[in-house]
Amino acid sequence: MKDTWKLGDHEFTSRFILGSGKYSLDLIKAAVENAGAQIITLALRRAATGNVANILDYIPKGVTLLPNTSGARNAEEAVRIAHLAREVGCGDFIKIECIRDSKYLLPDNYETAKATETLAKEGFVVMPYMYPDLNAARDMANAGAACIMPLGAPIGTNKGLATKEFIKILIDEIDLPVIVDAGIGKPSQACEAMEMGAAAVMANTAIATAGDIPAMAEAFRRAIEAGRGAYLAGTGRVLETGAAASSPLTGFLAD
Amino acid sequence: MEKIKELDPKNRIDHMTYLPDMEVIDSDLDKRVVNAMNEYDYTLFTENDVLAALKKDVLSPRDFGALLSPAAEPLLERIARRAQTETRKHFGNSVMMFTPVYIANYCENFCVYCGFNRHNKIRRAKLDLEEMKREFEAIAKTGLQEVLILTGESRKGSDVRYIGEACRLARKYFKVIGLEVYPMNSDEYKYLHECGADYVTVFQETYNSDKYETLHLAGHKRIWPYRFNAQERAILGGMRGVGFAALLGLDDFRKDGFATGYHAYLLQQKYPHAEIAISCPRLRPIINNDKINPKDVHERQLLQVICAYRLFLPFASITISTRESNVFRKHVISIAATKISAGVSTGIGGHIEGEEAKGDAQFKINDSASVNDVYREIEEMGMQPVMSDYIYV
Repeated sequence: MKDTWKLGDHEFTSRFILGSGKYSLDLIKAAVENAGAQIITLALRRAATGNVANILDYIPKGVTLLPNTSGARNAEEAVRIAHLAREVGCGDFIKIECIRDSKYLLPDNYETAKATETLAKEGFVVMPYMYPDLNAARDMANAGAACIMPLGAPIGTNKGLATKEFIKILIDEIDLPVIVDAGIGKPSQACEAMEMGAAAVMANTAIATAGDIPAMAEAFRRAIEAGRGAYLAGTGRVLETGAAASSPLTGFLAD
Repeated sequence: MEKIKELDPKNRIDHMTYLPDMEVIDSDLDKRVVNAMNEYDYTLFTENDVLAALKKDVLSPRDFGALLSPAAEPLLERIARRAQTETRKHFGNSVMMFTPVYIANYCENFCVYCGFNRHNKIRRAKLDLEEMKREFEAIAKTGLQEVLILTGESRKGSDVRYIGEACRLARKYFKVIGLEVYPMNSDEYKYLHECGADYVTVFQETYNSDKYETLHLAGHKRIWPYRFNAQERAILGGMRGVGFAALLGLDDFRKDGFATGYHAYLLQQKYPHAEIAISCPRLRPIINNDKINPKDVHERQLLQVICAYRLFLPFASITISTRESNVFRKHVISIAATKISAGVSTGIGGHIEGEEAKGDAQFKINDSASVNDVYREIEEMGMQPVMSDYIYV
């Protein structure tokens, strides 16, 4: 059986979402192809309307464009940017980024939940980028989010799954695809996220700043597939904590 | 010859006292920056302090001080490598392009080093809306989407309404409008934000107010603290981002560099959403004047300062000046700078090909590269030129 996953009504086989903001434009195509990515994010603010080097021209056809609201500092601005994205024909997908800290670029969960509610009601497929907090994730799920996108580490840091324990909780408790976004620096970290049960992984800096971009895109694809495979196979019993005791604690039970 | 009364110190107004029309805001940033700058003794740092700073993820003001110190100079190669890594992490391959547009050169100030100063006999001019339109059209044709609108500092010659009209018109042609005009009150910044401007740059020139006083002899600009607080008033007025700079070499460049970075750092702490930009202008050392002057800012020192800014404020936009050589600019964008001007004309109305500028230029530029030239140079360095990474909301 084909291993697919869904965002709203849209079905995907690839579990690797690529960012687009940090590349030399002529390398985007090779990155997408070698990554086997079916979704690529795009900051609406980067979608040039001028006459030179429009990033949209470099993204291969057939790839789902996921516009994000980067530049928004609150829910109201995120909603406005989402409307603009729809107007310029980016479809109904929207990744919400609400950031009011220019130093660490950490998402504001409260504003993100508010924007999620508004945009989900308007029929968007809403993908909120968030700090992995269970209560906030529940709010976003209840508000109509199509998935939850917790950060692994501060964006651009390549520090991997610094928030691992909290992402695990989201995977266990939230009945929506959990996509690990931001902070993933190496294929091994992407693999680990997938082993944990993440539905997909999103990465940008790690690939865009690699020495050989197409080769790194492929390495990530394989790591994500391996991690997914391991998750589906069920990690071995030796990885469970504690060993089976030879005289069981519950051996006294009589009837 | 005209007698200039401010050449005599006793005829100058007090540079630390606000003039009646100047808004006073509740802020202690000026005191904090000046105190930190006065306490900053760069001779106390050792190589170990620099190495310790380079090991940190998030640098403290003290680490920043170490990177600006003479002890860091021998480690410049390592510092540059780390700066390059930080730049890539935060900006990837992107290098933003923009051009300054001088719409007027009337000036009420008397700054002894500036070509626009009020006693300098140059052709004064200001573009009317029709002339601006032609200028903007010429710039838009080159593909640029960001402009920095500049005037001389004259409230009379270029009032806030006039600048606002320029912004409204520019918004029809460009996505990003920045301003480098005289400091003003927060309600005026609010008005200009509503007209479409979202970034305000004010160069403090030097944070040493004693030195400042000897260079800025008359006019609004003479009032040091009003200028210092311009960025904060701009943020209070609703601007998205603010730019900072000291003109390195006017005074002790290490202290001025430290104050510039610390000023930006404190402002971002107070207003976490504010986008921070830094420019790095310098006075060139005069050849044969004093080759061993430790306060001269040669390219090596300039790169040290730029890298220190990058490591202390990894998220900040850093603009490299057109006054630097082509080779220096190209390499600095591959290390630490993220923004570069192109197709620069510092005359008034100088962007229209085949036409002479209407008013004289503020300074000579070292590199008159066209937009296409700069675009190609960025690509040659393996980087991606970006015309706009911004949305007005």
